[in-house]
Amino acid sequence: MTASAPRRIFPIKLEPGSGLSGEERAAVLGACARLRTLPGALLPILHAVQAALRFIPKDAVPLIASELNLSIAEVHGVVSFYHYFLKERPGRHVVHVCRAEACQALGGAALEAHAKAALGVDYHATTSDGAITLEPVYCLGNCALGPSVMIDEALQGRVTPQRFDTLIATIRAKPASGAS
Amino acid sequence: MNSAVDAITSAGAKSAGAPVRIFVPCDAAALSVGAEETAQAIVEQARRRGISIELIRNGSRGLLWLEPLVEVELNESRRAFGPVSAADVPSLFDAGFADGALDRPDGASGQAAGSEAHALSLGLTAEIPYLKRQDRLTFARVGITDPRSLEDYVSHEGYRGLTKALSMEPADIVASVTASGLRGRGGAAFPAGIKWKTVLAAPGPTKYIVCNADEGDSGTFSDRMLMEGDPFVLIEGMTIAGLATGATRGYIYLRWEYPQAKAALEAAISAAYAAGWLGENIRGSGQTFDLEVRMGAGAYICGEETSLLESLEGKRGQVRFKPPLPALCGLFGKPTVINNVITFASVPIILDEGAGFYQHFGMGRSRGTLPMQLAGNIKHGGLVEIAFGMTLREILDDFGGGSYSGRPIRAVQVGGPLGAYLPASQFDTPLDYEALAAIKGMLGHGGIVAFDDTVDMAAQARYAMEFCAVESCGKCTPCRIGSTRGVEVIDRLIAGENAPRQEIILRDLCETLTYGSLCALGGLTPYPVLSALNHFPEDFANPKGGAGLRLTAPLLRT
Repeated sequence: MTASAPRRIFPIKLEPGSGLSGEERAAVLGACARLRTLPGALLPILHAVQAALRFIPKDAVPLIASELNLSIAEVHGVVSFYHYFLKERPGRHVVHVCRAEACQALGGAALEAHAKAALGVDYHATTSDGAITLEPVYCLGNCALGPSVMIDEALQGRVTPQRFDTLIATIRAKPASGAS
Repeated sequence: MNSAVDAITSAGAKSAGAPVRIFVPCDAAALSVGAEETAQAIVEQARRRGISIELIRNGSRGLLWLEPLVEVELNESRRAFGPVSAADVPSLFDAGFADGALDRPDGASGQAAGSEAHALSLGLTAEIPYLKRQDRLTFARVGITDPRSLEDYVSHEGYRGLTKALSMEPADIVASVTASGLRGRGGAAFPAGIKWKTVLAAPGPTKYIVCNADEGDSGTFSDRMLMEGDPFVLIEGMTIAGLATGATRGYIYLRWEYPQAKAALEAAISAAYAAGWLGENIRGSGQTFDLEVRMGAGAYICGEETSLLESLEGKRGQVRFKPPLPALCGLFGKPTVINNVITFASVPIILDEGAGFYQHFGMGRSRGTLPMQLAGNIKHGGLVEIAFGMTLREILDDFGGGSYSGRPIRAVQVGGPLGAYLPASQFDTPLDYEALAAIKGMLGHGGIVAFDDTVDMAAQARYAMEFCAVESCGKCTPCRIGSTRGVEVIDRLIAGENAPRQEIILRDLCETLTYGSLCALGGLTPYPVLSALNHFPEDFANPKGGAGLRLTAPLLRT
């Protein structure tokens, strides 16, 4: 090593949340500031972040950890444990299709297959036009009027493949549901 | 719920008298089949015709196949119409549904004219046999009152149980709950009074009341209907639990899939605080009870009580070892009463009417009533609150009316995804905790899911294992690994790869799950698997072509 070689410094630790946009960072910090004093604050904070940003950005995890004095592993463990928290930005609408037994008894499996074929995506994926993210769900509590789907926060019962197509056509025509 | 017609609506003023009261449910199941559009159409038609109406968004009566079920109140009795789609509304108005036509008796017969003859007319709501045959104790007000109105609640015998409890010693409240024979309605059926007594006797100034509203079992929706249709009764029951045990803070842990229930609970909690039924110095008694709603995030395992407590503490929903019992070392390490929605909601009537009144219903060691939920492939699905002891066949035939598809009912799953599949030969079993346990089934939270003869029971068995694999918290090995191996073994069994050997392996694996798992998820997954295998072996030997009904397993990735 010669004295003339330029010195390159690699930061050991990145600033938590440095990959977030200004708006995202503000949403995460705002949720932490508002809810951090609650006992067991992590789930309410994650709900607030997802309500504001529609998903939990990867870079939000170290920022939340730093704010709550938790390890990154602890926060990541919680985010990844719960099906509801989305790790990637969803499409403009999220469609949850019920996979539970009561819906299966009324053709739920056929509806699942139809939904995947009609949208051209598997579960946990978003249509190529960015309109719809398809997610499975285990029971929407509408078990006497299945098969059921939930579109954003609206429950729909007696969903035949034809009715599914109509519902999808309706939401495709609508703008984003936005932050709820 | 940002509905334009959410609250009371008065339109026009043609009729001189009081506005006609019309009820359209705001229950999520009713909304899922168009109740909001129906309500809007009613407001629009009334406005156009200059009829003065008061629109009330009630809970659901629980006759879910008739939703949206619209009721009109005339002469202090309510007449039902259903299912009423938005397109049916003009014809109902044409028939005189809201302009007092029903008030004019048609001659000496006393028969009402006009809309009574409408094709959707169901007559007096209270006389509908499905409702009339029930014992509505816990659900006494659901579908009748406006769930947002505290005045309505109080005028329908609400808060009478708490008023009595405020003048009682904690030990007497606990004794009353014990004497009623009330057992936990979430599924485990542990006597509520004994749990409460343990918490009352536990030392320390800080104790908690936690309501398990993570109603994850397929085929169950009674918690949801109650929270949406009568949220105050849950608040009252939890407050009584606080008085009985010395706890001053409560949490309702609610699943995210129930946004309507969240809105109803939060509105009711605000109203209860404003009227002094919650908070410090409840109704001048010097007692304190605070209550808030916390949201789950889509994990079935969080319906298990210790996992729920972990989740409330902001952690992964992993099951805890027991002991220590949550009653002694529960939320944040403090003594905690944790009960299901229906358990808490059954307490006010026990305090109000007395333990003996409640205990009088039921059979054997199962006392009181259970709100059963008829679901799946059933013609008349809905909520049936009856005393324990009716047989499954009576429920399926007399209430359910057979299958929705019209084909024979081949199997019934009772008690959620961890309940056994029962064949027709077991339909005469009484619905009672002990009777179902005796045939290796369980009553659980009272969900009854019917399947017609197109069901592939091998696919259902595979699904049960797959569900366990997706929802396992991962803490114990039998559940975490066993469920994945279980799916593989069932796949080989169905494919006929040395089937006798696969069956031996599957049964052995189920034994490991049963006896080696930490909680009911792993411990009970063998129920649906083995009941399918034992009662419907033909489906495993000769899979029905597969492709249409066989489930694929894309969910095993995360």
